[in-house]
Amino acid sequence: MRPLLMTHFSTANPLGLGRAATLGALRERRGGLRPMDLDGVTLDTWIGRVSGVEEEPVVSRLAEFDCRNNRLAQLGLRQDGFDAAVTQARARYGPERIAVFVGTSTSGMEHCERAYRQRDPHSGALPGWFKERYSLNLFSVADFVQRYLELSGPAAAISTACSSSAKVFASAARMIEAGYADAAVVGGVDSLCLTTLYGFDSLDLLSRQPCRPCDAARDGISIGEAAGFALLERPGRAQGGVALLGYGESSDAFHMSSPDPSGDGAYAAMQFALRRAGVAPGEVHYINMHGTGTPANDRIEDRAIFRLFGASVPCSSTKGWTGHTLGAAGIVEAIICALCLEARLVPGTLNLDRIDPDFASCVTVAAEMRDLRYVLSNSFGFGGSNCSLLLGRPA
Amino acid sequence: MNAVYLESVGILGPGLPDWATARRVLDGELPHRAELPRPNPPQLPPNERRRIPQLVRWALAVAHEALAGAERTAAEVAMVFSSSSGDGEIVHKLCEAVTAPEREVSPTMFHNSVHNAAPGYWSISTGSRQRSMALCGHDASFAVGLLESVALVLSEQASVLLVACDLPFPEPLAALRDIRLPFGVALLLSPAPGRRALARWRVSLGAGPELTRFPHMLPPTLATNPAAQALPLLAASRGGAAQTVSIVYVGDRHMTVETSPCR
Repeated sequence: MRPLLMTHFSTANPLGLGRAATLGALRERRGGLRPMDLDGVTLDTWIGRVSGVEEEPVVSRLAEFDCRNNRLAQLGLRQDGFDAAVTQARARYGPERIAVFVGTSTSGMEHCERAYRQRDPHSGALPGWFKERYSLNLFSVADFVQRYLELSGPAAAISTACSSSAKVFASAARMIEAGYADAAVVGGVDSLCLTTLYGFDSLDLLSRQPCRPCDAARDGISIGEAAGFALLERPGRAQGGVALLGYGESSDAFHMSSPDPSGDGAYAAMQFALRRAGVAPGEVHYINMHGTGTPANDRIEDRAIFRLFGASVPCSSTKGWTGHTLGAAGIVEAIICALCLEARLVPGTLNLDRIDPDFASCVTVAAEMRDLRYVLSNSFGFGGSNCSLLLGRPA
Repeated sequence: MNAVYLESVGILGPGLPDWATARRVLDGELPHRAELPRPNPPQLPPNERRRIPQLVRWALAVAHEALAGAERTAAEVAMVFSSSSGDGEIVHKLCEAVTAPEREVSPTMFHNSVHNAAPGYWSISTGSRQRSMALCGHDASFAVGLLESVALVLSEQASVLLVACDLPFPEPLAALRDIRLPFGVALLLSPAPGRRALARWRVSLGAGPELTRFPHMLPPTLATNPAAQALPLLAASRGGAAQTVSIVYVGDRHMTVETSPCR
């Protein structure tokens, strides 16, 4: 594929607001997880919560969109001058030539849960303040982002569970390649809600400790919330340090919530990303694993990575820092990869005491400084939806 | 913009039990009857089948019809799934569960709640490892899915099975989202015309609202279903001459489709 430059990017995640906070936490090995402290939730688990998301309502011109998820989106858009960079791009390309694709798994579900707590005791009706279109509907967050940035090109919410905001890169690349847009704002936003917390608990997938990806004693995920955004532009009209060089997608054809033990789907997604980029496995310098911290995910991903890359490419999961931010995980980890490419940092893995002795790939624990050229980021979701992204520094 | 080709159609809605019937209704050969069809049971073992949510049943039924009509296998086509509101029954039950004192969530219901449940079950039931997408564009979900499909066909020279489906919400959510009737449609789109291609489409976006009226022979309440935005386009594609159709897109824009016969 023709590369696309990530000319600007921003994030709000459990490590803090903005790129510097995120990179600093990775360098200083400061995790963003804390014991469950959401009002009225008694689950014995750790969460990655974004400080400040409750305090800042959405801009008054979009007041009807106000809910935790869109507040988080706005917080992400306001970091690192991202909104200002899009304003400049809007002048350059025209608002109708910039696409908006936002990944989310639950959008404003938290708002809907609030409404259900306030149902009329007699009629069962939901309160008048609750509007489906502006919060619960998955498109709400994409609609909000498009309006916030005053864009009018192609737009969609992409919701393929935990691969959602990796898939946004694929959609944007296709939309630009097909000629429907000249640039794209891609993003991912997912916020903490009871449905995902109790849902993952019902599947016995929540750890009682901060999650420990790749550890021999790993026992589940920590759920986090986050927003991340990137502006994708063609080289030539733009300059930037990190490029999207390839994407690869596949399905497991196995089970709705368990990954395929063969790892064939994960393998295919990684291989397609390499092929599309024209990069050989040996040229990849770091792999940011999906690495959720569940026994099955990490074991299967390790085997798939080993099969394709052998034991020489350093790989790690950064979910020990951020938690699993679900529909935002793809872009948060793409942004982490971009920061690491720029900083020449292999971040290693947090909360990892003893690497699973059955693992064959090159899992790294400590941070290392290395000259990075190409890095791969994996995202795998329920429904067997796999997506890998290949990022790199342009030659 | 390059063209894509409509190879086959799967359809399910009130008075529209399959494409063979629906095309005659759209042609004015058959009167429309307001009978609600039931989707055929999916091709899965009985205990798996029981767990499949309603919306997925509708999606798989139309997907299979379109695939059969194009004489393709599932492994040859990527799936793009689009729905405005997902499975309202599941949203309702999850919200009730997590706001009840005991907060007991069914694990099956939770994994069925993902928006990509339909492509997930499609992949599981057909064994296809093809890539898939799941999107939402509120009232414009059909056009959002169509644009994603067209971009995929054109940029990767791939064949795509677009499935758009929405069902009415249960109470109390129904009071907030006016989808009166259930409807699902599947369109198999390809980069080059097959032997039996039905139409050639060129798709673009434009400023201002949509202009094409909902087909007059169908009940206006069906137009409340976002997936039913496929119907003006399918009606125009039945004509013997080139036509231009404009349907709902996001924001203050519309999608224009220039359709012409393939014969």
